[in-house]
Amino acid sequence: MPKDGGIGARSKRREDVRFLTGRGKYTDDIQLPGQTYACFARSQVANGRIAGIDTTAAEKMPGVLAVFTGEDFKDVGGNPAGWLINSRDGTPMKEPKRPVLAHGKVRHVGDAYAAVVAETYEQARDAVDAIEAEIEELPAVIDMASALANSDNLVHDEIGTNQCFDWGWIEDNREATDAAIKSAPHVTTLHLVNNRLVPNAMEPRSSTGSYDPGTGEYELRTTSQNPHLTRLLISAFVLGIPENKLTVIAPDVGGGFGSKIYHYGEEALVLAAAKRLGRPVRWTATRTEAFLTDAHGRDHVTKIELATEKDGKFIAIRTETMANVGAYLSNFSTATPTFLHGTLMAGVYSVPNVYVNVKAVFTNTAPVDAYRGAGRPEATYSIERVVDKCARELGIDPIELRRKNFIKPDMYPYTTPVALQYDSGNYDALVDKMEERGDLAGFEARAAESKSRGKLRGLGISTYIEACGIAPSNLVGQLGSRVGLYDAATVRVNATGNLSVMVGAHSHGQGHETVFPQIVADMLGIDESMIEIVHGDTSKIPFGMGTYGSRSLAVCGSAVVKATEKVITKAKLIAAHMLEAPGEEVEFEDGIFSIKGTNKTVPWGDVALKAYIPHDFPLENLEPGLEETAFYDPANFTYPSGAYACEVEVDPDTGEVDVLSFVAADDFGNVMNPMIVEGQVQGGLAQGIGQAMLENTTYDENGQLLSASYMDYTMPRADDFPMFTVDHSSVTPCTHNPLGVKGCGEAGAIGSPAAVVNAVIDAIQRGGKSDLTHIDMPLTPARVWAAMNA
Amino acid sequence: MYNFELVKPKTIDEAVAALADEEAQALSGGQTLLPTMKQRLAAPDRLVSLANIAELQGVSATGGVVTIGAAATHATVAEKAASAYPALAALAGHIGDPAVRNRGTIGGSVANNDPSACYPAAVLGSGATIVTNAREIAADDFFEGMFSTALDEGEIITAVKFPVPEAANYRKFIQPASRFALVGVFVARFADGVRVAVTGASNDGVFRWSEAEKALSGDFSAAALEGLSVASDDMISDIHGTAEYRAHLVKVLTARAVKAAG
Ligand SMILES: Cc1cc2nc3c(=O)[nH]c(=O)nc-3n(C[C@H](O)[C@H](O)[C@H](O)COP(=O)(O)OP(=O)(O)OC[C@H]3O[C@@H](n4cnc5c(N)ncnc54)[C@H](O)[C@@H]3O)c2cc1C
Repeated sequence: MPKDGGIGARSKRREDVRFLTGRGKYTDDIQLPGQTYACFARSQVANGRIAGIDTTAAEKMPGVLAVFTGEDFKDVGGNPAGWLINSRDGTPMKEPKRPVLAHGKVRHVGDAYAAVVAETYEQARDAVDAIEAEIEELPAVIDMASALANSDNLVHDEIGTNQCFDWGWIEDNREATDAAIKSAPHVTTLHLVNNRLVPNAMEPRSSTGSYDPGTGEYELRTTSQNPHLTRLLISAFVLGIPENKLTVIAPDVGGGFGSKIYHYGEEALVLAAAKRLGRPVRWTATRTEAFLTDAHGRDHVTKIELATEKDGKFIAIRTETMANVGAYLSNFSTATPTFLHGTLMAGVYSVPNVYVNVKAVFTNTAPVDAYRGAGRPEATYSIERVVDKCARELGIDPIELRRKNFIKPDMYPYTTPVALQYDSGNYDALVDKMEERGDLAGFEARAAESKSRGKLRGLGISTYIEACGIAPSNLVGQLGSRVGLYDAATVRVNATGNLSVMVGAHSHGQGHETVFPQIVADMLGIDESMIEIVHGDTSKIPFGMGTYGSRSLAVCGSAVVKATEKVITKAKLIAAHMLEAPGEEVEFEDGIFSIKGTNKTVPWGDVALKAYIPHDFPLENLEPGLEETAFYDPANFTYPSGAYACEVEVDPDTGEVDVLSFVAADDFGNVMNPMIVEGQVQGGLAQGIGQAMLENTTYDENGQLLSASYMDYTMPRADDFPMFTVDHSSVTPCTHNPLGVKGCGEAGAIGSPAAVVNAVIDAIQRGGKSDLTHIDMPLTPARVWAAMNA
Repeated sequence: MYNFELVKPKTIDEAVAALADEEAQALSGGQTLLPTMKQRLAAPDRLVSLANIAELQGVSATGGVVTIGAAATHATVAEKAASAYPALAALAGHIGDPAVRNRGTIGGSVANNDPSACYPAAVLGSGATIVTNAREIAADDFFEGMFSTALDEGEIITAVKFPVPEAANYRKFIQPASRFALVGVFVARFADGVRVAVTGASNDGVFRWSEAEKALSGDFSAAALEGLSVASDDMISDIHGTAEYRAHLVKVLTARAVKAAG
């Protein structure tokens, strides 16, 4: 029987009612009295020296209230990188300043060098056109290998190189890994590109700054995945506004996928402008601005080697990657290719030697940062592609090769050579589930049927493991994080017995407003409808480190549990007082407090009311009120894992690939709401298969973005996909958080690209072209046809 | 977008008069023109809407000719031409998405002559006649290369007349992002010969593949195309496909269109 409420129920997403009926309130929907509008002047060239900016004509345009240039911000701070990475030689990474507005130089197409604030957006835009900027174009730094080789042509002159860092993980493994590869009986080598992606949240970025001259208080309404981090960055690094004078509100946010984790210069501009004008200032990105300036994702060029015994037993994995960080360091850009990538390079395998080298490269392109999966898709794609290639070289079935090398259930906790300690998992069980749900036994018959129609059918497998619930502060601190990564929740019981739960994790599509109440309701034995979630406003919630890295449930959800436990403890004391019994004798079940061995009871609602009408409280022992806060900092990452299978059909005449079926068998630990988990996996699969098949961000050699609109950037559409088979019935609970949950938000995007590419290679090899071992994503018809006819 | 004046004439004559101003431009479905104006790439002072002119509406079929009013939407053609000219109706029914099909018009598409648009292939492949307020222009004389046509300044298309072939088919291979034609081939078999028109592929816009026409006029079967190939020299190369790939697709799609036309 499916439950109709509480943990494990398929409760419908309550937030969808407002989203689907047009009643959501997004930043751009909120009109403040006296609001003005900002528009940015953006560079048309990728690399250029600003010789002069003449704003005189613009200032005289109708409706114009203020014009800003980089000069106005040259004395405030830069937008910092959140993680300090040290190079192999011990030197710290290069951290050139990322100013609010470009000063001295523009560094990518779309880089903002001036801004106009006017009474209307059209007036601001007209005035932007009237700004006369003299920008001397310089040769663009685009290709990463040439960027590293050529120190004459620099993105940032002051650092003397285009290399941000040269990182080894773990440097102590280097020699042993090199030696193991040298002496191994078999080495599979693969060169691959992890394509650059534009996140394309449905809602473009938008920010409104306001300032109250009476109190000196600022408010920023902005499209953010983590308002507290944005406040911290603006306060402590960029504008120096005291944290207690700045409220950051992220109202309804229409998707982020990583791109809205970060603080952007436009947020600082609207605050500074609001102060100068004493009026609210709004900026909303056009879709073109979103393409040009949202932090992009992925963009790795990688060489990976897998050394094995003749029988396929893994000996070593060595990776060399160039990771594009774009023109400036976005907040997580240095963590993504390193600690979210290198630490996962053992995958689900027991392999004694692993070494990863990552060179991060500045280029004259938009900043690159974490995008759904962040580092883990890159790791998984590299590993699962090279494992597949190895299986083909050794003539071993790809599933058998994987099973042979899996970390086995009796090996946990398992410490990998790249420093993570996996707490639980059962990869064979996932593969069993995948084989069953995908009817893999019937594949050969289906392939024969495809062949009879002149099509090539292929089967591709991928497994994955990811580290999510991005936290423990002590661990991330050792790894270079400049912030802690816990989360917080306040559970406030109102006098009438209903609850407001203030959570640190912002919800922008994930379903927190539904799932967190399920948990609290389950713990209190009351109806979910009595619980409301409050999030996204730094003046209302205790603290939060944001929504990313599949951390909301594992980290913030655990804080909710802890705070609810504290509420129960306190409520028991109140009940004990009401029932005239010692506190330790109070039991609480299904919303009723009772005294052991008696028929004395008092319901939840009466206790809540009593907390606020404490006429007879023994005040020295019992405080009025019923509200508790908990901060939760876990002991480890969580480690979801999965086994994915994809079937494709390739049309040999055109190179067209049809994705016919996709099976995702995941282990997310305990599942709080299966419907939401399915939705998260399906969305992740759409983005992962989208990366494999459709999406690509292309700059030409001058740094012009060729794929700067939906005419040229292929967003996945529903008809690009089959119905997905999603299974999360294989469960090994997380061993260190109270709910036993692992996180599901990124899995689909992490595990799927390799399965798709493996399937296409399988199809082509079955079609007789066995020397074709790799095609870089996205597998567009043109690329597949070219590879087949090379 | 900059400000502009919008006029809504009721007759062709009024429209022509309103278009006499150099800064005026015809507005039909707006599916091409309005996005261009939003990006400030076009800035007409006056838009002359063709949407309210009864003479520009409608689809009719008489004497082996289907006549489509210039302001007929793609959705209208998909529905109303389905029995008289199924290949044309199917083409119209696969342009863009429902919103585009309910606004975009044949006149706008043909006047725009986008090198990746579908209609030019049907117009040229059918040997249609473009009727304007001033004259009639044969399809072979109308398309003058990417985004360029034989229309004079201020001249408006009023209708397109399609002779209905014995058999016809359009094969569109989509550009994955825009879903315009990466390559589209329209094949039409008439009593006096076969026409093959190709869109999406060439730097010169829609063109006729005359060797294929010759071969197919003798033997209307995919086998007749064996041994033929189109040169890739003048083909478009972009992030969605090389010139060689497009040239290859022309042949594959022509064969498929012939098979489907039966
Ligand atoms: C999302 C999207 C997808 C699309 N997909 C496709 C596709 O798959 N295949 C395809 O072929 N097209 C596609 N299109 C283009 C679409 O078909 C347009 O509707 C068409 O190209 C222009 O027609 P319109 O009526 O909208 O013209 P408008 O945008 O109104 O006008 C276009 C141009 O033609 C001129 N004009 C309009 N009518 C006349 C006339 N009667 N006489 C003279 N000049 C005139 C205008 O002045 C303007 O210069 C797509 C468009 C969009 C937005």
